[in-house]
Parts: sequence; C-alpha cells; structure tokens
Amino acid sequence: MTSIPAPPSRSRLLPLVKQILLGLGTLAITLLGLLLITFIIARVVPTDPVLSIVGERATEAQIAAIREKLGLDLPMWQQFAIYVWDAMRGDLGNSIKTGAPVASEIARYFPATLELATLGTIFGTLVGVPAGVLAATRPGSISDQIVRVVGLMGYSMPVFWLGLIGLLVFYGQLDWVAGPGRLDPTYDMMMEFTLTSYTGMILIDSALNGAWDVFGNAVSHIILPAGLLGYVSMAYISRMTRSFMMNELGQEYITTARVKGMPEWRVIWVHAMKNVLVPLITVIALSYAYLLEGSVLTETIFAWPGLGSYITDALFSADMPAVLGGTVVVGVAFVTLNMASDILYRLVDPRART
Amino acid sequence: MHLKHGLGRAAVLAALLAGTAPMALMAETPADTLVLADAIDDIVSIDPHEAFEFSGVDLNNNTYDTLIELDPTKPGELVPGLAESWSVSDDGMTYTFKIKSGITFSSGNPLTAEDAAGSLRRVVKLNKTPAFILTQFGLTPENVDQMITFEGDTVTLKTDKAYAPSFVYNCLTAGVANIVDMKTVMANEVEGDMGNAWLKANSAGTGAYVLKSFKPNEGYVLEARAGHWRGDAKIKNVFMQHVPEGATQRLLLEKGDIDVAREMTPTDIAGVEGNADIKVQNDVGGQIYYLALNQKKAELANPKVQEAMRWAVDYVGMTDSILKGQWVVHQAFLPQGFLGALTETPYSLDVEKAKALMAESGVTLPLEVKFTVRNNQERLDIATSLQNTFAQIGINLVLDVGDGAQGLEVYRGRLHEMTLQTWGPDYPDPHTNASTFASNPDNSDEAKATGYLAWRTAWDPGAEINAATDAAVVEKDTAKREAMYQDLQTKVRDNSAFVFMFQQARQDAMRANVSGFYAGGATDSASYWTVTK
Repeated sequence: MTSIPAPPSRSRLLPLVKQILLGLGTLAITLLGLLLITFIIARVVPTDPVLSIVGERATEAQIAAIREKLGLDLPMWQQFAIYVWDAMRGDLGNSIKTGAPVASEIARYFPATLELATLGTIFGTLVGVPAGVLAATRPGSISDQIVRVVGLMGYSMPVFWLGLIGLLVFYGQLDWVAGPGRLDPTYDMMMEFTLTSYTGMILIDSALNGAWDVFGNAVSHIILPAGLLGYVSMAYISRMTRSFMMNELGQEYITTARVKGMPEWRVIWVHAMKNVLVPLITVIALSYAYLLEGSVLTETIFAWPGLGSYITDALFSADMPAVLGGTVVVGVAFVTLNMASDILYRLVDPRART
Repeated sequence: MHLKHGLGRAAVLAALLAGTAPMALMAETPADTLVLADAIDDIVSIDPHEAFEFSGVDLNNNTYDTLIELDPTKPGELVPGLAESWSVSDDGMTYTFKIKSGITFSSGNPLTAEDAAGSLRRVVKLNKTPAFILTQFGLTPENVDQMITFEGDTVTLKTDKAYAPSFVYNCLTAGVANIVDMKTVMANEVEGDMGNAWLKANSAGTGAYVLKSFKPNEGYVLEARAGHWRGDAKIKNVFMQHVPEGATQRLLLEKGDIDVAREMTPTDIAGVEGNADIKVQNDVGGQIYYLALNQKKAELANPKVQEAMRWAVDYVGMTDSILKGQWVVHQAFLPQGFLGALTETPYSLDVEKAKALMAESGVTLPLEVKFTVRNNQERLDIATSLQNTFAQIGINLVLDVGDGAQGLEVYRGRLHEMTLQTWGPDYPDPHTNASTFASNPDNSDEAKATGYLAWRTAWDPGAEINAATDAAVVEKDTAKREAMYQDLQTKVRDNSAFVFMFQQARQDAMRANVSGFYAGGATDSASYWTVTK
C-alpha cells in the first residue's frame, strides 16, 4: 500500500500568514502615526525651513517664492496627504537643504549605521549574555559584582566621553586601532574607484571583492565605535539576562533537572536558556533597533557618516523631508525587528505557534 | 564549566581586537598628499554658481578660477586670473576682459571667451542664492545675453549704471564668478538645469585641482592637474575628511594621520601648544559680532544709552578668556582685510563713563531690556559677560534664548529689543557690509526690507549716511572710495543702533612640515596649491 502524502496543513500555515499580514498592518499604522507626529512637531516648532536655505540676504518675495515651490504655503493636512501619497510610491521627496532625493541620501548613510549597529549588537550579545548568565548563577559573588559595576558604567557614563577616552587610549596611545572615519583615505579611494559596491557596507563589500587589505583597514576603523556601542548594549543585555536567568533558575523544573543529576551546564544552557531566550530576543531586538537609529554622539566623535548624524543635521536645518525620510527608515527598522523577533519566538517557543 | 567557555569567548574577542593592531598603524601622510580635517557639513552645493558656504567655496577655489583673482601672497591685491587684462569704458558702464590663451579645463577643452561669458550668464539664469552678487549690476535672466557678450578672446560686461570699478572687480573675484567648462556642463544638462545636478558631484573648471570624489558629510578628494597654467601644484592629492569634533581632529593631527586641522577649539589649540610636531597658523575671518538695538524701543534709540553701552562691553576681557584665539576686538562694520576697514578700537570697558552717560540720558533706571541670543555656548558666554557689565550701569538684560533660526526670525520680524548677532560679508568688497549696516532707504514696517540689517533693527541712518553709502559704491577713485568707507564706518560706529565688538579670528593647526597653507583671510578662500610639505 502506498501512503498518500498529506497536504500541507492549512492550520499550520494560516497563523503564520495571519501574523505576517498583521505585522504589515502594524507597520502601516505605526508609520502613519510616526509620520503624523513628526509632521505636527515639525510644524509646531517655530523654525522656518526656508530661512535656512535662502540665506540672510533673501527678500520676502524670494522667501515666498521658495515657500510656494516647496508646497509650504498649502494647508498642513494637504502637505501631509501629499507626503504620504508620495512616500507610498517610494518617493520620500527632495532634501530642502541639498535638493537631492532623500531616498538616495538615506541609501548612502544607512549602510554605515547598519554595519556599525549590527557589529555592536553582535559584540553586546556575545559578551552580555554569558556575563548575565555568569552573574545569575553566582548571585552576590565577585563575578556578579564585576558584571554589575561594568554594566552600570555602560549605563551611566556619557557615550561621548567613553568614545573620546577609547580613542585616546586605543588609537592615541596604544596604536591598536585606526582613527575616526570608515577607512584611511588611500583605502577609501581604492574602495570608491577600484572596487564594486554591493551593499554600501564596507566590510561586506571589501570581502565580496576579495580586497582583504581594505577589509582589514575597515575592521581596524570599526572595531572601536562598534565595541563602544557593543559595550552600551552589553550593559543592558547582561542586566536583563541576569534577571531572566535568575527567575528561571528559581523554577521547579530546574530543581527537578538538578535532582535528576543533570550536569549544571546543561541545566543552565539548555533548559533554562531555552526559556530565557524568549524575552531575551525582544531585549536584543530592541537594543539593535535603538542602535539602528544611529547613535549621534558616537557618529560625531568617530566621524562616522551614519543615519543619526544625517537626521540631526536635518533637524538643525529644519529640513523636514530629510527628517521624515529618516523617521520612516527608523520606523521600518523598529517594526521589522519587532516582526522578526515575533517570528523567532515562534521558532523558540512552541506555545507561541498556535 | 560552560561559564568558563563564555569567558573564554570574551578572551578570544579581546585577542581579535588586539590582532587588528598591526593594520591600524599608520605613519605620516604621504609627501605628495595633503590630508585635512574640517567640519564640512555646511556644504549645500558645490556647483560654483550655487555654493555660498565656507567649505564649498573653499573647495571650489581649488577647482575653478575667476577672471580676476585676489593674490594669496598679497592679500587684498587684484591680479589676473583667467583674464590677462581688463578695462572700463569712459562712461563706467562697459567692462572688457581679454581672456588668456592656452588654458584648458580639466576635461581638456580649451578655455574660450564663450565659456567665460556663458558662465557669468549661467549665474544670472540659474539665480541661486549668491546670484545677487552679479545681478546687483542690473543683470536679469532676460537681459543677461545682451549685457554679457563675447567676441574673439574678449568678454564684455555692461552694467546698469556707473559703479566704482573696484566694486565690480572685487565682486568678480567671488566664488560665484568662477568660470566653468560650458561645453561639458551643458552636455550634462538635465531638464533645463544647466548642469546644476551634475556639478553637485563633479567639477569642470580650470583650477589647480580636479574633483575626484565628493561625498556630502564625509569628505572629498582632489587630484592635481598636470601642466596647470599657474604651475603644477606640489601637492598631488588632497583628501578632506569631515570630522566635526575638535578633540577628534586634535587626536588625528597629533598622530600624524592628518596634516591640517581646521576646526579645533581653543582648548584643543592650547593642548597642542609646546608640541614640536604641530604649529598653529593665525588668520582672520570675515565674521563680525555685533549688538543690534531695536529703535522701536524708545530708550534704545537714545544716543546716550547707545554710547553708554559701547563703554560697557568688556571687549578685552572676553577676547582674553572665553573668545581667546577665536575672535579679536574690532569696532567697525568692515572686517580687517577689506578696502577701507578701520582698525582702531576707541571703546573699552569704562563703567564710570558709561554710568555717567546713562545718567545724562534721562532714562529711568534700572532699564530692563530683552536680549535675544542664540543657544550656543560661545554666544551665551558673551551674553553672560554683557549681562554682568550692563547691570553695573543700570541695564538689566533678560535673556531670551532660542535656536539660530528662531532668533533670526525674531530679528527679521523686528520683534527683538536687543540681539547678539554675527554678520559675514558676501563678497570681497566694502559695499557688502556698507549696504546692509549703513543703508536703509525705507524704514517703514511695510517695506519689509529684511536684507538691510539697519531695517531689521528699525534704524533710519538718515539721508546723509544713505547718500554716502550710495556715493561710495560709484566712486571711481579707489583712494577716495577708501576714505569714504572710513568716514562711514566712524559715523556708524559712534552713532547708530549697532555696537560692533569682535572680528573672527581663525586658527588652523597643522603638522610642522606643512608650509604655504593659505586660509583665505576675511576676503578670500583656502588655497591648497600653495602648500608644500
């Protein structure tokens, strides 16, 4: 007898499709809300974007002409509707300051931030999770105290100060890493004129091109700012891991496992960790999303041309299309990471699959 | 056990970090390369006919040339640029320029009179922010093809009236009058933009360098042109890195990773003093710090109160402390370096004299004045000093702090009482400041003449000063013109709604082996082709 293969279960696929649709719906609503709030704040602030581009000499007539050209003379709801309609078609408008399309400007700045934030999150997770576990398994011990103090320092020390001290020590004194910027000028030239850019992320692009000297230079440039961001997120991740893990280690199933004679590493890293992972994924995703907004101070000190400095510059020059464009990207990053962590939950926790 | 593994992983990571060390080591920058660090996020455009910010104009100064130039080695002196000679007709309304032969653009195209005329026409037709520097001679998009013409190797420029020739020539040294390769530019025209979008990422000039790459908020790369008409530049490659933070620039400079740091703070400058590898070059900039007193507030229109205020500013105290190295005492509307600029500084802090003047003024004391100041540390420091000294003569300053654009809106709307402002010249001719500080043809609210600083602060200079400003801009004799501006500055300094305090100083820190770096002073822009290492 041949067995007839069972058709794919509709009951298993449906929740996933439903969740994705729900996610997309959330994305749309979140973005609309974000845009609306940013738009209102931008209009409430008594700063005239036109003044920042026409210069001090401009006459009232010139200012009025530019205001009309930019559509700033229209009622606010109309400006908002036009913006949303254009954004839906992928047109984020042109920057008031430079006149260049915001989408292409963001495409240039975002990869720099993405590269930095990803590496920072990897550092933060690789160090933060074991440190949190270490602290949780020996509460009150010296190692717990060390993790706590190091974590507190990450929370409380101003990031620009840490950045400058980091530069002074590792670049200025020890010569372990390269200075600010993404590449040394000569490698930068090489990257720009002889290599192909696929993603805008130098580490990936140089590796894809097989340009290992450029890759090495990029690593030595990124290691310090990424390490700094990693430290800040490590502080958060280790504290949360400690608290989640301590909670799990107090559960009855852990006592049962220990009574059954299971090795301690298995109790912690297999049984307890499985349950800790669920909330931890959210913590890591949130910390990643936070870094993706672009850390303005880190970017300033390390002369890193990322999204944070782009949005800040845009805010200072009241360049609303650029601010809104940046907001859209940050919003998309947040919602996408949220969706990704939801999907990861489902993989980790069978209860979430229903 | 696994916990140890966790630590082991951290140790591996630390080892990885340490393993990058050899790659990071970098010696001095190459001998034929100049690496600069500056905050270049002010750049809006590098199209020479649109660029109007310091960093963009500095860049263009090295990739383009003008018909007439300011000589980097003799500041203030006009020398031939792309024109070998020039003259003005007897009626003072027609200027003729003979274009040098044998000069090529970076594309290889030869420079022609057609390019020169086409470039100046392009300024007027594009009509971007700095276009007024040329349109003030009566040029409009409609008439410019008739007003600027060419024939053979000669370009002719007609003006609507007989201005002082020195005024016209000075304006032609400004960045907006750079000559572009019209064939290349127009070949890259998109939707009638006259190549504007293309020139925001490329250069098409006759300058000592050609733009290899420009990344906003990141930096730019220039490459020297072989066989340049001025002689080949010693520095073959110029790298400009956008480094906004002064302390970071200092670290890069100390390490020898950059040659010139252009945006170091006084603290950082003080920090490198005594370092034999680094030298600091002092220069002046064109910006002026001044107080504007709104004449709609009766007490501030009282000449005795105005004079008292001039004696109640701790000029030297501020330049010796909070403004050290950044600003110098300067008490006239023309910055040092301009034709006719007054260098004397008759006012100093004299509380007793100021008190006596306040008593003579008849104003009820204490006088409360709202003081609009931009939210920036340096300005707040100045405001605090003024608050202190003004309080001693019976004037209580109430700070009204906001961001730059907010303060500017208040000022342009005549809504301030007293405001602390800076003003930078738009082009290297005295008229640029005279026309705004010493001219206000219609002081009524309806005039909305926001381009005049005198109007903004509701000050009517009176028929005599208005007429003197108009006369100075058409005076043909340069020596007489100089005397006229000196007289104007004295009058405005001693009796107006303005209190002039400081002129910008500039400090560029560089490696000791760098010489010939010219920052441009108050009238010109940076030159890289003069640098040797």
